[in-house]
Amino acid sequence: MDSVNISGDPPVTAEITLVVNGTEHRLAVDTRASLLDVLRERLGLTGSKKGCDHGQCGACTIIVGGRRANGCLALAVAHDGAEIVTVEGLADGGELSPLQAAFVERDAFQCGYCTPGQLCAATALLDEAERGWPSVVTADVAAEPELDEDEIRERLSGNICRCGAYVNIVAAVQDAAARQGVAGRDEADARQGVAG
Amino acid sequence: MRPFTYERAETADEALALHAGGDVHYLGGGTNLVDLMRLGVARPERLVDVTRLPFDRIETTGDGGLVIGAAVRNSDLAADRAVREHHPALAQAVLSGASGQIRNQATVGGNLLQRTRCSYFQNVTKPCNKREPGSGCPARDGEHHNHAILGHTANCVATHPSDMAVALLALDASVRIRGRAGERVIRLNDFYRLPGDDPARDTTLEPGDLVTAVEVPPLGMPSRYRKVRERASFAFALVSIAAALDVEDGTIRGCRVALGGVAHRPWRARRAEEALRGAPATETSYLRAAHAEMENAHPLRGNRYKVQLATNLIVRTLSGLGDGS
Repeated sequence: MDSVNISGDPPVTAEITLVVNGTEHRLAVDTRASLLDVLRERLGLTGSKKGCDHGQCGACTIIVGGRRANGCLALAVAHDGAEIVTVEGLADGGELSPLQAAFVERDAFQCGYCTPGQLCAATALLDEAERGWPSVVTADVAAEPELDEDEIRERLSGNICRCGAYVNIVAAVQDAAARQGVAGRDEADARQGVAG
Repeated sequence: MRPFTYERAETADEALALHAGGDVHYLGGGTNLVDLMRLGVARPERLVDVTRLPFDRIETTGDGGLVIGAAVRNSDLAADRAVREHHPALAQAVLSGASGQIRNQATVGGNLLQRTRCSYFQNVTKPCNKREPGSGCPARDGEHHNHAILGHTANCVATHPSDMAVALLALDASVRIRGRAGERVIRLNDFYRLPGDDPARDTTLEPGDLVTAVEVPPLGMPSRYRKVRERASFAFALVSIAAALDVEDGTIRGCRVALGGVAHRPWRARRAEEALRGAPATETSYLRAAHAEMENAHPLRGNRYKVQLATNLIVRTLSGLGDGS
């Protein structure tokens, strides 16, 4: 439905440059195209998934200019020059990121369809916590938040997992936070968590 | 989606010039507009991108006053030190809206101008006076459990979806606008309108008007935003409240109360505020104030629960502020 042009007006294209996972791409895009569609259909990066196409499920989450965003709601034409990281760009060569490794260790998925979005969202979540961003469950919004389970659940509420792997997703994010030294949770807690 | 041309404005003057003629929309983060275009509700022939205009800063004016640029992203507003310290209700309101992803994309100007999430408005196969004037309002006798209880008409029972605007209304904020006749500042209270006999218009803006900033005066009392919704996160309000309370020697010296999820616009609870001013800071006063406001409520068949919910929310939130908790 989305791409069907029932108005009879001819499509409009525009030239843009995107830097995706460190590689520059110059391409002409339909002004109606979302970043998600350009990544998947033009650049062959099918890691980012289309779930709802309305910004409600988070399967399309990518990192744009260092910030997580819904690729389905972002018009490509409005992102000329943007630096984008997708799930394909999270690993360092063959080495999984600490968060990706934690997802594997914790079995933080079942069907895996939401996982690329969960990984991109959680990668940015750790960065936001590092910068001291509060959330709506932070008791004192002026204070530095501590990344406990309630905080992680709230901060990942834009990513739906229909298999219901939330328990293990939260645990994986907690492990990665501890390994990266984010927001006060120490290694001992994390080790205990893994063992338990 | 209908094809459209895309223009990026570098200055406000350029944005206004590009807006002239035809069905043109300004583009902020696009989190609501792109969705409405995909649904066929919005069908612009041109988008004018205003995200790169120099309105992306938050200035403090002393004593906790703020000037928030219209292109500031919601997440930057909520993370701002001055906002968190002087206007916690504003930070909490922004953080209670949408998701981390959407808050990174959405702008302050766009948040003010987002459209109702009434399911009939968003469904082009249904009548809707807001989308298609004169076609009717199926929500009035249809699915309306999350629709208005205050200030609605037979024409439209939709609610305004913004959390941020509810806090800004309680904070007596004003909106800076660049229009074809120059710049003007209007109070947020005069920015939003009730449906009346013209529900297609959410605001008093004229064609081409560009929101450039929001001004927030100093507050000087504790404030809080609370939101009740159908799930713990990432849902629109059933009822929400932004409140501030100044208590001295057990007496209420100053107060602000605004409600979300109850009307076509963010709702300033003036009757509640009147009842509170000078009253003892007790639960009895809070309950009397809530009743004073809800006296005017006209719930629909399927949303009577909102009257009790709003009453409870007013009492609970003011009690918390009064106790300093």
